[in-house]
Amino acid sequence: MTARRRRWVNVVMAALTALAALGTILPLLFIFGFLVYQGASAINLDFFTRLPKPVGEPGGGMANAIAGSLILIALASALGLPLGILGGVYLAESRERRLPWLIRFVADVLNGVPSIVIGIFAYTVVVLSMRRFSALAGGVALAVIMLPIVLRTTEEMMRLVPASLREAALALGLPEWKVIVRVVLPTARAGIITGVMVAIARVAGETAPLLFTAFGNRFWHQRLDQPIAALPLQIFAYAISPFDDWHRQAWAGALVLITLVFLVSLAARIATRGRYSAVR
Amino acid sequence: MADGIRVKDLNAWFGDVHVLHGIGLAIAPKAVTAIIGPSGCGKSTFIRCLNRMHEVVPGARVSGTVLVEGEDLYAPGVDPVEVRRKIGMVFQKANPFPTMSVFDNVAAGLRLAGVRNRAMLNDAVERALTHAALWDEVKDRLDRPGSSLSGGQQQRLCIARALAVGPEVLLMDEPCSALDPIATAKIEELILELRKDLTIVIVTHNMQQAARVSEATGFFLLGELVEFGVTRALFTNPRDTRTEDYITGRFG
Repeated sequence: MTARRRRWVNVVMAALTALAALGTILPLLFIFGFLVYQGASAINLDFFTRLPKPVGEPGGGMANAIAGSLILIALASALGLPLGILGGVYLAESRERRLPWLIRFVADVLNGVPSIVIGIFAYTVVVLSMRRFSALAGGVALAVIMLPIVLRTTEEMMRLVPASLREAALALGLPEWKVIVRVVLPTARAGIITGVMVAIARVAGETAPLLFTAFGNRFWHQRLDQPIAALPLQIFAYAISPFDDWHRQAWAGALVLITLVFLVSLAARIATRGRYSAVR
Repeated sequence: MADGIRVKDLNAWFGDVHVLHGIGLAIAPKAVTAIIGPSGCGKSTFIRCLNRMHEVVPGARVSGTVLVEGEDLYAPGVDPVEVRRKIGMVFQKANPFPTMSVFDNVAAGLRLAGVRNRAMLNDAVERALTHAALWDEVKDRLDRPGSSLSGGQQQRLCIARALAVGPEVLLMDEPCSALDPIATAKIEELILELRKDLTIVIVTHNMQQAARVSEATGFFLLGELVEFGVTRALFTNPRDTRTEDYITGRFG
């Protein structure tokens, strides 16, 4: 009797947890399906190679926005990743108590700051002082969003490296910095790269902080101190327009954006699927 | 290494907790010295003081002198990194670097110390693995992950890794406590082989093991060295009743 009851509860709970797990990925599947349904018809070679057409003319593409988004992500990564990873190493390795505590606290608060507020910050610091909207300002805003994510995941992943490995390396007569660079960081590598991917995926879709920093641009950008197009901005502009053709392009843009994030994540997974990786 | 290791009035703390009380003993060169005692008696802390690994733990402190070849490890200006290069260590749980192959694990100490010469590395790795009685088992899979070996092989890999940097002293902290009797026998055989060239200090829970492999044994209890002497004498005719109680299993 009790054994039957136990088996029955087991089946029910297993089914419930499986359903819940499925439920967490359903939204993504729906979103992706909906994007394909709505946007696939607007995807063609022109979409990837042409500039947007003026209002009223059909066709055109989002080549400048795709390139712009890639440039903004590269800028944000160049600014945010070294700072975030080095800072994470400090948080994980420092023997201090108070400064790391404070940095951790501030980073967690920063992680919760709405992205539009970070946009205002970049606007005030970069746009106002340069007296123009620019790719650089957009990159700064996105870098600030990436920082706390990269900082905290780097720290967490380094802390996951077993103390026994550090001890083994120290006992070989290695100075502490070599222990960190040659043993701890490589062991935590896959986890750190996952954190970096999460950060990139997060900023790739950010729209609000770009509104008054990168600003958007209907043409190819000229220099990094000039306004630049970005996929989320273009999607936003097209989605609120009254034209059906632009709506379809907005869907297509969203599809490209999500595919981009998917590909970047996939590439990182494959690149870090090292045979010897311990922490993931 | 004519002098071995002379420890005088060694005290160690974790924060405010005084874990070693005025330890003094002389460890003979090119011989095996065993340290026995119940859990928490300070035996691991003691050998970690012999290569300045104790201080790696935050809040840990040491006082006293440890003379190796007449030089005090704790004298001001002594670099702990140099100390650890001369005095290697093997831990309770095998801990090969998971991101490295068998070869890279053994070469790690030399390579990270700046040795680039491939032929020299190959030579050192083969010598260390042979020395650790592992070469025949792994020579065909040097590029496999170190973590792919069995538990006993991993522990011998760690011994090879420690040997590759050419230490004069090898500290072993319960090296067999996670291994089965066959793997343990292999490690013990290896210890008897290694003592021809190295000074070995081994911490063990296993009194038979201490009796089998060591020339001298120290019995620790509650952070104090209760008795230290020739292994055979300590086990057959202990001077202290606490030692007798422990080795006869009448403890507590």
